[in-house]
Amino acid sequence: MSNTSLADQNLAQLANWLMYSAIAVYLLAFVAACAEWAFGSRGPGGRTSAGSSAEQQTPVAPSRGRTRSAVVGGASGSSTQVLAPPAAAPPEKPQVPVGDGPGAAGSSPKADLVGRIGVSLTVLALLLHSGSVLTRGLAVSRPPWGNMYEFSTAFALMASAAYVGLLAARKPVRWLGVPVLFSVLLTLGLAVSVLYVDSAQLVPALHSYWLWIHVSAAIISGGVFHTAAVVSLLYLFRDRWERAAAAGREQSRAAALLGRLPSARTLDKLAYRLTALVFPLWTFAIIAGAVWAEAAWGRYWGWDPKETWAFITWVAYAAYLHARATAGWKGRRAAVLGLVAFATFVFNYYGVNIFITGLHSYGGLPTK
Amino acid sequence: MRTALILLLLLALAAVPGSLVPQEGRQPAQAADFRERNPNLAPLLDKLGFFDVYSSPWFAAVYLLLFISLAGCIVPRILQYVRTLRSHPPAAPKRLDRLPQHCSWTASADRGEVLLTGADLLRRRRFRVAVHMEGNGSVAAEKGYLREAGNLLFHASLFGLLIALAVGSLFGTTGQKLVLEGDSFTNTLTQYDDFSPGTLASADSLKPFSFRLKGFSATYQRSDPQRGTASSFVARLNYSTSDGGPSRDTLVEVNKPLEVDGSKVFLLGHGYAPVVTVRDGKGEIAWQGPAAFLPQDGNLTSTGVIKAPDARNRNGKRDGLGFTGLFLPTVQLDLNGWRSSFPATDDPALVLTAFHGDLGMDSGKPQNVYQLDSSRMTQFRKADGSPFAQALRPGDRMTLPGGAGSLTFDGIKQWASFQIARNPSNSMALWSSVAMGLGLCASLFVRRRRVWVRVEPTLSDRVRITVAGLDPSGTDRTAEEVAELAEELRERYPDLKNVKADVETPEPLPQEQT
Repeated sequence: MSNTSLADQNLAQLANWLMYSAIAVYLLAFVAACAEWAFGSRGPGGRTSAGSSAEQQTPVAPSRGRTRSAVVGGASGSSTQVLAPPAAAPPEKPQVPVGDGPGAAGSSPKADLVGRIGVSLTVLALLLHSGSVLTRGLAVSRPPWGNMYEFSTAFALMASAAYVGLLAARKPVRWLGVPVLFSVLLTLGLAVSVLYVDSAQLVPALHSYWLWIHVSAAIISGGVFHTAAVVSLLYLFRDRWERAAAAGREQSRAAALLGRLPSARTLDKLAYRLTALVFPLWTFAIIAGAVWAEAAWGRYWGWDPKETWAFITWVAYAAYLHARATAGWKGRRAAVLGLVAFATFVFNYYGVNIFITGLHSYGGLPTK
Repeated sequence: MRTALILLLLLALAAVPGSLVPQEGRQPAQAADFRERNPNLAPLLDKLGFFDVYSSPWFAAVYLLLFISLAGCIVPRILQYVRTLRSHPPAAPKRLDRLPQHCSWTASADRGEVLLTGADLLRRRRFRVAVHMEGNGSVAAEKGYLREAGNLLFHASLFGLLIALAVGSLFGTTGQKLVLEGDSFTNTLTQYDDFSPGTLASADSLKPFSFRLKGFSATYQRSDPQRGTASSFVARLNYSTSDGGPSRDTLVEVNKPLEVDGSKVFLLGHGYAPVVTVRDGKGEIAWQGPAAFLPQDGNLTSTGVIKAPDARNRNGKRDGLGFTGLFLPTVQLDLNGWRSSFPATDDPALVLTAFHGDLGMDSGKPQNVYQLDSSRMTQFRKADGSPFAQALRPGDRMTLPGGAGSLTFDGIKQWASFQIARNPSNSMALWSSVAMGLGLCASLFVRRRRVWVRVEPTLSDRVRITVAGLDPSGTDRTAEEVAELAEELRERYPDLKNVKADVETPEPLPQEQT
């Protein structure tokens, strides 16, 4: 059966070019997002010491000074990774509610402009990216998530769409740009370099409309879980910063960047809401998978490695949701659980596909 | 909650080894291979039940404990929930201004009227409302009962799912059967190649439907990058139900099983069966027919045996003939030996070596039909002493040394293997998971909140109106709701301060006080 006509090959080629363009634009957007952080506190607001850390409920805080200001964060460049202050365990103090930070740009209008440019670039990259996924789907006349390359690009699309979606819903989440774009770039980079396979038809096992339902639910869940994980990670850093700030300890310059993030409470809530929003969808993805498995293999649950790890992911997220309501587990421990849960999701994708053989071996990787 | 949390984490952890160590039930070949490669580790893992994690006692212990803890949590909550449904929304707390969302103002109005209006507004918003006229007078309202109901439904459906799984493994049956093109299968115990019933399932539960494999076709990708990958498998069946109805034609594909008499017939695999005729030393036909060869790789390099136990030698003495070797749909001979380079029969070849002697088929011991027991057989040898072997194209004949007989390769048939499964609890599992999903959505997306309106008399005909709300999950939406409600009430019973202000701003008039 000859399946790749010339037109399809051209479309597939177009999909590849769109993908490379998307990566290039994502890269620019990433640089802009980093620059926003780097130049953020150079503005006038960065130097004024508001001093107070009064309660502030609304997430939008235009020019909220940091508790320990007068630190010009520009010198530390774009490295938001070096964050933890070299401090001992924080003393058990009743925590003062800390207000939300001003956002990545601080109060510098210039940095704000750079940040806006970054967002525009992200949107452009997202368009190119969706164009690539779409043309790839058209080139093969089927849902474009039949192998690891396609799944990765679709997953990265969802991760970046979740971020842009939050922005579109007027949530002040531009501070998410750096980590989200970082992992989107990482995923796409892996996809085009390691996981790439040419467009091709599917094996008969994947000829089913459940491919649309089951896999797209998994991809969307993944994209949102990813955003939640990034927020949880930032929560852990910010929470530590707040404790140190409350204790009045000296903090490193890099840590001062954390002052521009929303408060730990806001971050924790956001991570929880994203997870709670998408947990039913993940449940649905597993159920849809079970229904498909029943139609394809004659049993709805068989402890195939993919099924097992989907189950582990589900249980881990269930544990996270319970932990948020359990005394002694709220806060940091719950956030760590959320991160562990996302790690199991990632392992289910890369680990199970590459290292473990099972019925879900459709990666299309040349590792036979 | 803490117990449940720890058990949940334990469950996740307990599920891990089963995905890393090959499981006996799911992939016996890999499990055996794993044992061979890790001779030191295997006995320990065996003792721990790592080769069969999901039916091991410790795994069962974790999830049974979890379910016990769940039951201990759910049952009291259901009772509590029923009590809540039967009682009124709780009366307003003493200090409404301590609640996260509250606002109050003074208006000139009748106390009872304000209370009834507030109750009416809340009822229109589909709150459950109770008006307390005694004391200062307050309206208590509550909404979002579905949250707890959903939560309880979700947890209760987990039990449904567990029961469905148990029923499935106790009463379900699965079996496999390899069927050659043109052959038939009847759903009785003796017809199966492999049959694994549930612990409590009896063979009588099999409904004797039957089907005939009219033909099988497979298509493969011929161009790179995935040359040789299958594009479609289609088995054409003619089946009839057990109640003797008319037979019908149908297609069975990988994702499209045949459903008949409560059982499902799944297409599991396929392969080739060379059709051969074996003649013995007397020149008589000792065996004839297709012999199913089992695929070993993606290009369907297949191995198999041909057994002619009743062959006679030149002298008329019984001397069984046995052949073993490879079938290659598209033959390729390279340094690695004989193999197939494409799964379709583009250039088929049958490579066989032959034995004679006692095949051991009369010994009464069960024998694998796909293996030749050559322990009491002698391999034919060429004149130079090397083992006798020959590659055959369709139509070719292989003549055994010493006039012991011959084998002709007449043609090729295909076979398809089917899994026939019956699981009486499928629909229960499905409905449990649907209920689970609905419950989960309700428990995560419905907000449960309480709203109170208190009206306290202050001066002669003035009242102080307080609207307050409480939402344990603390969403912004509840705060908005409280604000909206207060706004509606304020429109009817305006804030005296604002009235003054409105009047004062344009032209400061003297106040009319009575």
